[in-house]
Amino acid sequence: MTDLITYVLRGIPFGCVFALVAIGLVLTYKTSGVFNLAFGAQAYVSAAVYYDTHVRHKWPIIPAFVLAVLVFGPLVGLVLDRLIFRFMRTAPHVARLVAALGLLVAIPQLVNLWFGQSPSFGVEGIWPSSQGSNFAVYHFGDYALNGDQVATLIATAVVVIGLTALFRFSDIGLRMRAVVESARMTELSGINAGRVGTIAWMLSSLVAGLAGVLLAPLFAQVSATNFTVLIVAAIAAAAFGGLTSIPLTLLGGILLGVAQGLLGGYLPPASVLAQGLRPSLPFVALFLLLIFWPSLRNRREVTDPLAGVDPPPPGLAALERSRGLTWATRIFALIVLAIAIPFVLSSNYWLLLGTEAVILSTIFLSIVVITGMAGQISLCQATFAAIGAFTTAQLVSNYHVSVMITILAGAAMAAVVGALLAIPVLRLGGIYLALATFAFALMFESVLVPLDWVGGGANPIKVPRPKFAGIDFANNKSFFFLCIAILAVVSVLVIFVRGGTIGRYLDALRGSETAAQAIGVNPTRARIIAFSLSAGIAGLGGGLLATQTGIAQPADYNSFLGLFWVVLVVTLGSRTVEGAVQAGVAFYVVDEILKRIGINQSWQPILFGLGAMTYAKHPEGILEFQKRQSLAFVQRHLDRMKRRGAPAEPAGADEAGAVAPTPAQPSSERVGAD
Amino acid sequence: MALLEARDISKRFAGITALDDVSLDVEAGEPVGLIGPNGAGKTTFFNCLLGLLRPDGGRVVFDGRNITRMPVYKRARLGFGRTFQRIELFSGMTVRDHLLVAERAHRGTASLWKDMLNLSRATTEEIEKADATLELLGLLDYANRPIESCGLGRGRLVEVGRALMTEPKLLLLDEPSSGLDRVETEELVTTLQSVQRERGTAILLVEHDVEMVQSFVSRLYVLDFGTLIASGTTAEVLGDATVRKAYLGEYV
Amino acid sequence: MTTSTPRSPEAAPLLELRDVEAGYGPFRALFGVSLSIPPGHVVALLGSNGAGKTTVARVCSGLVAPTAGKLLFEGNDVTGVRAYRIARLGVAHAPEGRSVFASLTVEENLLLAFRVDLGRKLAPEAVARAYELFPRLGERRKQHAGTLSGGEQRMLALARVLVNPPRLLIADELSLGLAPIVVEEVYRTLGKVRDEGAALLLIEQHVKHALALADDVAVLNHGQVNYYGPASELGDLSERLLPAASNGSHA
Repeated sequence: MTDLITYVLRGIPFGCVFALVAIGLVLTYKTSGVFNLAFGAQAYVSAAVYYDTHVRHKWPIIPAFVLAVLVFGPLVGLVLDRLIFRFMRTAPHVARLVAALGLLVAIPQLVNLWFGQSPSFGVEGIWPSSQGSNFAVYHFGDYALNGDQVATLIATAVVVIGLTALFRFSDIGLRMRAVVESARMTELSGINAGRVGTIAWMLSSLVAGLAGVLLAPLFAQVSATNFTVLIVAAIAAAAFGGLTSIPLTLLGGILLGVAQGLLGGYLPPASVLAQGLRPSLPFVALFLLLIFWPSLRNRREVTDPLAGVDPPPPGLAALERSRGLTWATRIFALIVLAIAIPFVLSSNYWLLLGTEAVILSTIFLSIVVITGMAGQISLCQATFAAIGAFTTAQLVSNYHVSVMITILAGAAMAAVVGALLAIPVLRLGGIYLALATFAFALMFESVLVPLDWVGGGANPIKVPRPKFAGIDFANNKSFFFLCIAILAVVSVLVIFVRGGTIGRYLDALRGSETAAQAIGVNPTRARIIAFSLSAGIAGLGGGLLATQTGIAQPADYNSFLGLFWVVLVVTLGSRTVEGAVQAGVAFYVVDEILKRIGINQSWQPILFGLGAMTYAKHPEGILEFQKRQSLAFVQRHLDRMKRRGAPAEPAGADEAGAVAPTPAQPSSERVGAD
Repeated sequence: MALLEARDISKRFAGITALDDVSLDVEAGEPVGLIGPNGAGKTTFFNCLLGLLRPDGGRVVFDGRNITRMPVYKRARLGFGRTFQRIELFSGMTVRDHLLVAERAHRGTASLWKDMLNLSRATTEEIEKADATLELLGLLDYANRPIESCGLGRGRLVEVGRALMTEPKLLLLDEPSSGLDRVETEELVTTLQSVQRERGTAILLVEHDVEMVQSFVSRLYVLDFGTLIASGTTAEVLGDATVRKAYLGEYV
Repeated sequence: MTTSTPRSPEAAPLLELRDVEAGYGPFRALFGVSLSIPPGHVVALLGSNGAGKTTVARVCSGLVAPTAGKLLFEGNDVTGVRAYRIARLGVAHAPEGRSVFASLTVEENLLLAFRVDLGRKLAPEAVARAYELFPRLGERRKQHAGTLSGGEQRMLALARVLVNPPRLLIADELSLGLAPIVVEEVYRTLGKVRDEGAALLLIEQHVKHALALADDVAVLNHGQVNYYGPASELGDLSERLLPAASNGSHA
């Protein structure tokens, strides 16, 4: 019995850590409508500043704390709002999530550039008496707290009371919530939505900074990944509070801490369960909460009634351009290929990069299916690739099956897992789906990957190259062509599915889910197919990647790498096959270019991360946008030439088909314009 | 037996009774209207019929089958067609595409593989069927136009066409005149009447425009505070004193 | 005309649009619209769907910035000025469709507006008055506005302008989807707002209602004003102009 009380009490300070972070997430979500996965990155900025000033430059605690938390915290919020989120106030929730993902990728790299690669700060608590190795210990009856824990408890209490008061009694709390629902309608009430939004970001960033500085002593090393993992763990507590209630979030955080304390106390420390389950408990909890917690299930986001003020999103350039131009584009692509392939074949180095780019493009096609076609953000594509890779490796090493078959088996396994995951997860929409898939990715990584029969334990499993039809693909050149062939087959498959019945259903569902159901489209079936297909493609690519590198290495399928993949594809263009291929090539080419011109390679994630901000403006992708611009340019010139050739033909004769609207043409009779 | 029988439908939200034992019948091929003041529970009732809400009590029987707990898309396959108060169209598709996707959804789904890899976007047969409906609605000239170029009035007609492609036995229209001007409303009524006569489609109309209701339906139900306060032929109901007080005011 | 005080059309306009062009991205909705609303006048803006009425309303309240032309408030150029500044000048805009915050409670919706208009001290008093005028809202004060019925949401939007009348109220399709008896009530309320000295810009499908209240009528067709003049002189023209405007979208 006393054991139980001790374990519970020991869990409470940890619970407050979760609670503090989770409250920060809830605060950002409530006041800016962004589910801020970059919260950890923001916390990291303040932590880095604090330890740089306090530990490296020996500043006293108070000025260092003031600079890091009270100055840098709000400053980061101000910068983020002015540069990015100001322009996203009317963007859909998913666009804002993508922007936050981009920041999650970009900010830590920027901080590392500033303070030097992988900063390893001396880790000291903020509580004045806890400096050095002599941690102050406070006794409460039988139970002892150290200075950092006391600081966390006090900070959590202050934050909870302060924010509750803010939302209950102040004008600004009410205004922040109004701005989140509709910035435009708030302006109609005479409120400067821009200023309210900026204050919201500064406030939530301040809380992030506070959390960052307070929590840094928990980790052996101050690194962005540690913070981000903590954030994801804390999402479970935020989900417990329905992403809105601060007291419930506090309770959720404490429950999580206590549960971890109990697990730590009662499970034998060396057992698989203790090693796997305890650290992954938050992810398991998040996953289960998202699926079963009634306040989150079937939750719909409130939409802005004035969204019609925005111009409508443009369609795909490929659907609007004329047949001639489509062929011209294809011929152009062939020419590029004809130049690129001999170049890639010219050296082993380029061949390696080229093969990996082709395999990555295949994996990226899975993002085209789930995000571009089905309109869902899935954050566990790397996990599906890992499933493909591990299935391949395990089958080859244990049963000595031919590699080509095991790759297909890996794809099938990933597809099955994808379908099984889809059934509970697809009921959730938008950001909840994204979170559930991410929780799944982390669960897989922390529970299953370390197991011998999955990830191979301490020694990753070797995978040989395939051998069939009399060709030994151990030869890098023939393997390169094999990968190209597979990419081509998958591309054709994706194009067929997009044009076929399921593709049309997905288009309809993206347009209006209720209307699609009203004509008899089963949304669950269509989406499960899309999810499973996407998982299968990712699994196929994962198996290929393991074959290429010769080893099924968990690090190649890290879930944070998966986040970066999504950011990259969505930024460049997730609607088309070209988009995936361009993203796959860009992943390596940009890296290579940076290396050649002597710029630090961490600019690559920074570039792509910040590039994700364009998602709100160009949800079809930057490349797709550029393509449309150039197509419009070419079309204009073609039209002009045609007119010169045949002056009898009237200029604006567009009755025959859908032509991109030209600004000069009166098209006032649009849905939503009036 | 009536085509649609709603029996004693009740629905409560957080302690407030939105619907209290509401019953309504629609015979095959019959145009029926449902009117009532705002907040009377019309939309709630409509959603209970369509399966968007699950009633707390009562049952919905369609064509002799109890469908109270059937999901929305299955009802559509049984013969429910509907339009929306604020139009719901598929952006990025042409007018004809709207009908084609409905046609395919209606024919139901073949095997998984056929669905996934159905190479042809639409067969000639499908296109002919869609074009016949477009002609009925006077939309054939706009078949290849992107849906974004359609105004509200034409958009509503596209919704009707989309619903017709699923060969509904019952068409549920949620305030179809909402947002339309007088001329557009008249055109819509004419079209709906010809659909009802030529195809024998039963119609349940939820509407505020009393003139439109009068010109169209044979029987009328009136809902107020979640209960039916009147039902009968259109003339009877519109002459009823309770109805005038609750709903029509000084209008008539 | 049921108004007691005669209004001179020569008075300096409260709000004026001069040759305004506006649109959404590549789509243009207005092609040189000129319109002036004298103080205390009721202007009905009529026209078919897609004629650009909602866009005119959005330009007036600053939601959509004109791409050409000018917007003047009491003679001052406010072209391109942000919506919240125009709102502070006394322009209230009840947009088409849902015009309340669904995620806030009824009381919070009212407080949000009244605290801006009247300050923290007077706001609770104003809220109490709103409940007196619309007891139904008082019963639902703790309910989220999104769970109100369409008519109740419209009441909530109107409660605000009734308690604290603006200088100009832009009412976009206020009666859309409302039962006839509620439409009557909405128009009685608009009449009261007018009597307190506010100017009104009415956008309506129910031409009958709008004309009963309006001093002036503007008919919009394909983003241009076809007719602008006193409602009383519309007379015979109405037969010719209004059906023409209605047919516009089918041309």
